Amino acid sequence: MAEAKVLGLSGNEAVAYAVKQADVDVIAAYPITPQTIIVERLSEYVNNGELQAAFIPVESEHSALSTCIGAALTGARVFTATASQGLALMHEILHIASSLRTPIVMAVVNRALSAPINIHCDHSDIMNARDTGWVILFAENAQEAYDLTLQAFKIAESHDVLLPVAINLDGFIISHSLEVVKVLSDEDVKRFLPRRDPVYPIDFENPATYGPLALQDYFFEVKRQQADAIGRAKEVVKKVGEEYGRVSGRPYSLVKEYGMEDAEVAVVALGSSVGTLRAVARRLRKEGKKVGVLGLTLFRPLPREELMKHLEGVKVLIVMDRAVSYGSTGGPLYLEVAGLLFRSDLRPLTLNVIYGLGGRDLRPSDVEAIFDEGFKCLERGRVEKELLWVGVRE
Amino acid sequence: MAFVKTIKDIPKEEYLAPGHRLCAGCGAAIAIRLALKALRGPTVIVNATGCIEVATTIYPYTSWRVPWIHVAFENAAAVASGVTEAFRIMEKKYGVKRPDVIAIGGDGGTFDIGLQALSGALERGHKMLYICYDNEAYMNTGIQRSGATPRGAATTTSPAGRVIPGKLERKKDLVEIAAAHGIPYAATASIAHPIDYINKVRKALEIDGPTFIHVLTPCVPGWRIDPSQTINIARLAVDTLVFPVYEVDNGKYKINVMVKKPKPLEEYIRPQGRFKHLLLPENKWLLDKLKEDVRAKWERLLKLASL
Amino acid sequence: MKEIYKMPESAFKGKATWKEIPIGGIIPEPATSLRYKTGSWRALRPVLDEKKCVRCLTCWVYCPEPAIERLEGDAVRINYDYCKGCGICANSCPVKAITMVEEGA
Repeated sequence: MAEAKVLGLSGNEAVAYAVKQADVDVIAAYPITPQTIIVERLSEYVNNGELQAAFIPVESEHSALSTCIGAALTGARVFTATASQGLALMHEILHIASSLRTPIVMAVVNRALSAPINIHCDHSDIMNARDTGWVILFAENAQEAYDLTLQAFKIAESHDVLLPVAINLDGFIISHSLEVVKVLSDEDVKRFLPRRDPVYPIDFENPATYGPLALQDYFFEVKRQQADAIGRAKEVVKKVGEEYGRVSGRPYSLVKEYGMEDAEVAVVALGSSVGTLRAVARRLRKEGKKVGVLGLTLFRPLPREELMKHLEGVKVLIVMDRAVSYGSTGGPLYLEVAGLLFRSDLRPLTLNVIYGLGGRDLRPSDVEAIFDEGFKCLERGRVEKELLWVGVRE
Repeated sequence: MAFVKTIKDIPKEEYLAPGHRLCAGCGAAIAIRLALKALRGPTVIVNATGCIEVATTIYPYTSWRVPWIHVAFENAAAVASGVTEAFRIMEKKYGVKRPDVIAIGGDGGTFDIGLQALSGALERGHKMLYICYDNEAYMNTGIQRSGATPRGAATTTSPAGRVIPGKLERKKDLVEIAAAHGIPYAATASIAHPIDYINKVRKALEIDGPTFIHVLTPCVPGWRIDPSQTINIARLAVDTLVFPVYEVDNGKYKINVMVKKPKPLEEYIRPQGRFKHLLLPENKWLLDKLKEDVRAKWERLLKLASL
Repeated sequence: MKEIYKMPESAFKGKATWKEIPIGGIIPEPATSLRYKTGSWRALRPVLDEKKCVRCLTCWVYCPEPAIERLEGDAVRINYDYCKGCGICANSCPVKAITMVEEGA
């Protein structure tokens, strides 16, 4: 392990730093709060000669991802970043990027979808894209944002995957907060991430047709193949996380757990809130309460076995959603977890909490109240309110 | 020094293979096949959704003999930007040979839904050629009107009805829009003038910057013409001044096909089912407006060419 | 041709499984449309009178398929496997060396 550095970086700066070290070839992005620092920093690197890449300042997010696909098909290493409305604008292209098996890496700085327009954090943007065939990872802090960005290129470009990967970091909370970030040396990154080795790059000796029309006789087979690929991605994410651990000293697994060995009341969440939940859980543990926290690093593909393993023995499971699935019986994460539970023999009481929309803070006091409600359900032996809206004025 | 002087000079190589499902007599097929005659080396084609894309690549059949990419309807220019920039940087970083990149879009994918991506690409100055094959409506989805549909034409969304007799709005002038971006080369071309067209494509490919060619491609079912008449109609479009063949070379206008004795517009209108209703006395006002569009454009072009 | 650039034969019989086809819906071989004979579309067929032909190549330039082959010495030959019978060749021939006759007549 060569000399690593310790820097003070915000989440956005950490992502940009990782992208620079990954020696990407093409960056095509459109600015949107709270992602802007990523693209600004990258254009500085390029213009100062620190990164040899084509920085394409496209005229919209839809064009950003389209440009990335064109670049990826040439065999180049490609990166973009967006948030909220930008992610929504490129939506049709998200599906195409994954179906064409382009290993694009994109940082999504999670921000609420309009209307009303809001620039702060919630997960509605990425939840709107959960079925687009992208591998989806969540960072809890700036360190994870840096580490996961590097891992993302390796995951995406793996010949067993060849799918685009989205790294999510909470808007303003992670993106703009200055934290201590340990970065690898450039040499270590180069060894971890050698030049991309593409499959079916544009080849003039073998001129191929990319993106044809497939009718009723072939479309289904291509999609089945795609489903198989994202399923296989889980093992690759795991392996890359382990390999990264050997390089950096910070191994990554698909799921992070605290206190789950004997938790009676557990919460599962995504993003920066995992940190808040864990901090409160530690305090409650000191008071003798058997609480647990599960943070998903990998969201798509859903790490079924890893999640289920930690849920054995849990009596009350609280699923935290920072997004709404309007008209359904719970938030997006709740629906995923409920689906998993129903396929198993485990039947904990479940509570769904919707919180933090549009950047509304999740305070430690809110978390205490949530755990408290969990214990009340445990005492009662039943759930009275399936869905709790925490933090909204009712 | 023109690339091709006579028909015999046109290269034999066919980069578009037969077996595609474009209509019998398709003008766009001719336009694409002829454009490919001007290739000068490794080339990547980026194709927007539309007639050409759909009919030439029905899985597992493809008619292309060059690397070809289709992503979506409105982003050919954006995808092409990515391809050309990726090769540019990879040539610098790894010594990979840089190919030519041609984005192909119909009038739908260029004039309307694709205009933003086109404008962005032109402004950013990428080395790429954009060829718009213009059959003057959204033909692939069933002949709906586009911004390129000429005034008076009947389409399925601008039908010649009793109250509104066809499209009332004028045709967008795309070469002017492209030229206004200050690009090094923008031109119109006609499949009835194949040597001029092929030379323009070659000239554009040799320029290290964004270039744009707008080629009019008559459509057999959409214009309601006999399949054998495609070239004749294309020629009449030029001879009646409906579609002038000119180029804007670094801002300098030049009319390539000077029509000294223009034919009357009716000769162009009469053989096309989409314009038939304009010959009725009650629609004469609309026909006159179309004539005025044609006259004004030609006059303006003459003035610009004289500067 | 590199192995991964071959399209499995089963794909052309409509029988390829999802495991057999190349990823991402890619068609890795060029010009596979040659297997699709559009000549069956014809209602009219062009007949070339070689004695009249002056080898100007106008028909070759304008064929949309292309279904007219350019031979040695600029003679032409119509490829009836693909010709859709549009009649552009007959219409544009300056010496009327091509006539359109009813297919099957």
